[in-house]
Amino acid sequence: MEKVKQKDLILYSGLIILGLAAPYLFSAFKVQLTYLCVLIVLAMTWNLQGGEMGYNTFGNILFYGLGMYLTASVQVGMFFPLAEWTESGGEKTFVHTTAQYFQGIGVGLLVSAIVPAVIAGAIGYAILGLRGHYFAICTLGLGIAAGEIAGGIEIIGAGQGFTTPPFPAEIVDTEARGKFFYFLSFALLVGTFIFVKYIYGSRFRLILNAIRDNEDKAEAMGIQTMKYKIVGWMCSAFFCGLAGGIMGGLIGYIDSTDVAFDGREMGVFMVLMAILGGKGTLWGPVIGATLFHFFKEGLWTLILGWQYVALGVLIVVIVVYFPEGLMGWLREKYPERFGEVIDEKDRKAQVELK
Amino acid sequence: MDFLIFKAPMLMVQASLDGILLGILFALIAYGMALQWGVMNIINIAQGDLVILGGYIAYTIYLWGIHPAWGVIISPIIMFFVGWALYKLVINKVVDRDLFISILATFGIAIVFQQLMNFIFGADVVVAQSEYGTTMLFDNSVTLPNSKIFSAFISVLYAIALVIYMRKSKLGRAIRATAQNARAAKILGVDTEKVYAATFGINAALCGIAGALISITLTLHPYVGLPYTVRSFMIVIVAGLGNLPAVAVSGMGLGLFEEFADYILGTEFRIGAVFLLLVLILVYRRFKLSRKREYLK
Repeated sequence: MEKVKQKDLILYSGLIILGLAAPYLFSAFKVQLTYLCVLIVLAMTWNLQGGEMGYNTFGNILFYGLGMYLTASVQVGMFFPLAEWTESGGEKTFVHTTAQYFQGIGVGLLVSAIVPAVIAGAIGYAILGLRGHYFAICTLGLGIAAGEIAGGIEIIGAGQGFTTPPFPAEIVDTEARGKFFYFLSFALLVGTFIFVKYIYGSRFRLILNAIRDNEDKAEAMGIQTMKYKIVGWMCSAFFCGLAGGIMGGLIGYIDSTDVAFDGREMGVFMVLMAILGGKGTLWGPVIGATLFHFFKEGLWTLILGWQYVALGVLIVVIVVYFPEGLMGWLREKYPERFGEVIDEKDRKAQVELK
Repeated sequence: MDFLIFKAPMLMVQASLDGILLGILFALIAYGMALQWGVMNIINIAQGDLVILGGYIAYTIYLWGIHPAWGVIISPIIMFFVGWALYKLVINKVVDRDLFISILATFGIAIVFQQLMNFIFGADVVVAQSEYGTTMLFDNSVTLPNSKIFSAFISVLYAIALVIYMRKSKLGRAIRATAQNARAAKILGVDTEKVYAATFGINAALCGIAGALISITLTLHPYVGLPYTVRSFMIVIVAGLGNLPAVAVSGMGLGLFEEFADYILGTEFRIGAVFLLLVLILVYRRFKLSRKREYLK
């Protein structure tokens, strides 16, 4: 491991202190802050595929939705009959005690991290053999199919949705629920960041980049690309599942196509945020997600009714005019900051050639 | 799961006829997609939303008191210009770029279209009444709305007209030349920019026809565009680019699959089955090609 620089140390500890203090400083915005953490996690994990590996997936929403349903199902199913709960108003007849609630969500999150990762591993061999736009369309289909199918399964509420267990009533502190989910998501964010940063310093990232730049050559160099692609996808699925589980508990209600397998919102957001910040960089998705979230929350209420039009236009503008993202733009402008050394002579020579 | 269909053979006839007639319609949309994919090398996620927009144009003239069947003439004319404008605004900037950029950009367009249609036409499920009546077959056990027969007939008519146009006309030749080699076509004096705009316009016009037919045979809703995109994508990857008979056959095959899935799995799984079929087809082709150490290109 390389030595952590002092400047970085100050930056990270500052961010962590800010993160820990945020729910007390901005007490009214706890839900928004939780959203922000989850969005950053989704953008960072998407970046592992889309940015580093060059596999533009729309399918990470599959793991997110799966995590959401799994956490809620486990949380209910551990103590009460799941079918009766979802049939109609089970949450009124069965009440979780405080201990049951936290046990349930703990085990549920564990399951919702492991199962999506296992599923990613299982379908990875079939799906990741596709390349380029075929992969993109296939994963798009996968995400939507999952939503449509989940909307037809009775035991998880079918079309009428699934109410997740309400926060235990024994805890009288009204702030507790918001804080609980915020710190949960913040812990997830810190965990994801550390993991992704570790990947960025490892050989694994170089392999992913090799796959992105030229998969055939990477294979010819003796890299078992399929193995690494699957492992990469499993890592994303692991964190997406956790993010989904937390989100399900926070929202309190799971709908198959509008909340869980929400390809139209979350599924696009994660792509957009990563591209906005800059694909293939550590900080890009973080910055992109933060900017996007501020933009969304700030403008959403101003342009009520027109938000999706604005979203669509935003996608077009970002993708068409700004595909390198913020970090890409900064990198072009200040290459020295990114550790790139530019030979001025060479640069002048190239300009003359043009 | 419901296996009623295997107990009643007449249901099977019903499903097959419905499926084939529906499939012809899908093939028309897929033809448009194959055209733009082959010529411009972009994948248009907004294809289905163009279809729905075309349908709403037909529905609007129906609300004005004109018979919705005229939509198959009016809708493509309007849609051609919509397509042209869309090309000039956005698509021309993504033509030469990475395919994923075109996917994302048209995804954005699709969201804008959906929302605008939601504002203008409302979020209700609508249908334009053609009042063509129904044909009863086999002792009244199979019902076939005449509008479906009409729609299949019109689709075939337009498809044939387009094929002839592409073969004989100057623009058709220019489009085919551009599809073969855009650079060479440019050198030989083809205005490729214009060809691209016209291609996208023709694609939108085809969507307009299909939409007008859907408005009288099926239902319209602002958010049902994406399944049409996926269906046409599926047909194109099964049939290949520029293979019209194969497009027609795989379109009908998809129609049959859907109708049978509807009966066997239940209507709530219909769209899910379509999307799952897409995944399965892609995975199947991937494994078939990987035996030769190749991949889908």
